[in-house]
Amino acid sequence: MSDKLLEVKNLAVVYNTDDAVVHAVNGIDFSIKAKETIGLVGETGAGKTTTALAILRLLPERTGRIASGEIVFNGENLLENSRKEMRRVRGAHISMIFQDPMTSLNPTISVGDQIYESLKIHNYENKSKEQLNRRVDELLELVGISAGRKCEFPHQFSGGMKQRVVIAIALACEPQLLIADEPTTALDVTIQAQVISMMFDLKEKLETSMIMITHDLGVVAQTCDKVAIMYAGEIIEYGTVEDIFESDRHHPYTAGLFGSIPDLDVETERLSPIEGLMPDPTDLPQGCKFHPRCKQCMAICASVLPPKWQEGEHVIACHLFAKGE
Amino acid sequence: MINPASSASVRRYKKKSRLKETWRRMKKNKLSLIGLAVFSVFVLVLIFADVIVPYEVALKQDMANRFASPSWTHLLGTDLYGRDIFARIIHGTRNSLTLGIAAVVVGMTLGGTLAAVAGYYGGKIDMVIMRITDTIFCIPFMLLGLSIVAALGPGLRNILIAITITAIPNYVRIIRSAILTVVGQDFIEAGRACGARNRFIILRHVLPNAIGPIIVQATMQVGTMIIYSTAFSYLGLGIQPPAPEWGSMLAEAKNYMLSAPHMIIAPGMAIVLVALSLNLMGDGLRDALDPKLKD
Repeated sequence: MSDKLLEVKNLAVVYNTDDAVVHAVNGIDFSIKAKETIGLVGETGAGKTTTALAILRLLPERTGRIASGEIVFNGENLLENSRKEMRRVRGAHISMIFQDPMTSLNPTISVGDQIYESLKIHNYENKSKEQLNRRVDELLELVGISAGRKCEFPHQFSGGMKQRVVIAIALACEPQLLIADEPTTALDVTIQAQVISMMFDLKEKLETSMIMITHDLGVVAQTCDKVAIMYAGEIIEYGTVEDIFESDRHHPYTAGLFGSIPDLDVETERLSPIEGLMPDPTDLPQGCKFHPRCKQCMAICASVLPPKWQEGEHVIACHLFAKGE
Repeated sequence: MINPASSASVRRYKKKSRLKETWRRMKKNKLSLIGLAVFSVFVLVLIFADVIVPYEVALKQDMANRFASPSWTHLLGTDLYGRDIFARIIHGTRNSLTLGIAAVVVGMTLGGTLAAVAGYYGGKIDMVIMRITDTIFCIPFMLLGLSIVAALGPGLRNILIAITITAIPNYVRIIRSAILTVVGQDFIEAGRACGARNRFIILRHVLPNAIGPIIVQATMQVGTMIIYSTAFSYLGLGIQPPAPEWGSMLAEAKNYMLSAPHMIIAPGMAIVLVALSLNLMGDGLRDALDPKLKD
């Protein structure tokens, strides 16, 4: 138990909108050990970002609600923390990198000051201004930006550099857990590679655990230790990178995801996507959430929740495997 | 980790304060410098009014010399009681400028606070603040102002209260809409994810990004506020005669607009100059504060 840095147990999040109740996350479990990286993969709307926001307790106050579950971080349940305690956790112990570096920096404050700010908020050791400023320089150099540019404003940086600044802010207080919400989606491919390799070098150096939210399976293969495939608010397949990428047993959805990646060596006219769309989260289907799109759907899938098939750390929630065993 | 070159540049940066930087950039805008110069003249006049012309001159009546046109003895002519208009303009600065600026500063501060709270938190708080604002909006401006002055009694301070309260809903609306465009952005969320307090986020991240429309509105409003206060003077509830004030001078001159136009031109010009100079200044200031328009 104690080696687990973060443990999410049976987490469910709902959004209460005017028209309907949106079931964004429906009872997911996963855990992260220190220095480990877990990839959360899934389509848009699968509940990846919602999970991340729930961990930081940053769900939109009026609509989002954690319906059930526990989020245990370092042995304490974050859901029982007061707002003040939560503020101490955010940024200092768990920090987040947002998707779009263009909008996640304040355009009216110089980048140096924005990094400084995060340090100052969590300055529990009463370090002097000078010490904090030196740390800002250090952080900028760490992400490969010369400290001389700290007085410049975000608009003077390119997208990739802005994301580096965002990473510097996130790492400022040496958090134990870093949540990266599609950190490279807004960047072009060459910059993506740079930013990701830099992020992982730093992660290794600072011994930070990480939750990597992405829909890029390539990034996952390269960087993660564990992978959780999410679909309609559930983790339908979970395992180590080897389990997901090497094993021949897969959830039909995962198989579909891999099937839709174009193969460089084979000439095809069209890509082969998974037919259909994600189910409406206000009106989820009975039984297995994936059954309306599943090519291997059986009668039982439409009515009974699939059991979890497990082999080592590899978990698949599908009737196919339960039957075979 | 740090090389000496970079720490040297850091030290150079430390010296360049925000204030100096803003000034350096504002200097480039010649129009805003003109605005600043004109406005400074008014402020100097306000401070040294008694040195320029003794206060008695502004009150002394000379019935033999009514409606005199501008001349060397009376630089801007005389009014219907033969009082020197130049002296009245000079001493009117104290009342009018104080009133105009104080009304805007107080109104903007209160209105801005309410707007920031409403826009940032949203939900019920927003609802309550905005509905109260709407309610005040519905009451005719003059009626509300008059009731306040009638309840409190005439005088500079009470007029100030009256015009400030009646103007606040306007500010709340404008500032709230400016704030709403900022609140939805990612860096606000990122600030929360860093563990910042709401108050800190509002003051440091929300307001600076919404400052443009606020400054423009504030500088425009000074002139408007001076003219609004005129209405009270006109009804005898404002600054009491014979104390000089631009608004009441304007009101007095109105009846003689065709026969003695100099009477209306002088206070009118004074109000225009104040409003215009502040406006030019505000424009330059807004550009200077926006780092994206740098250099």
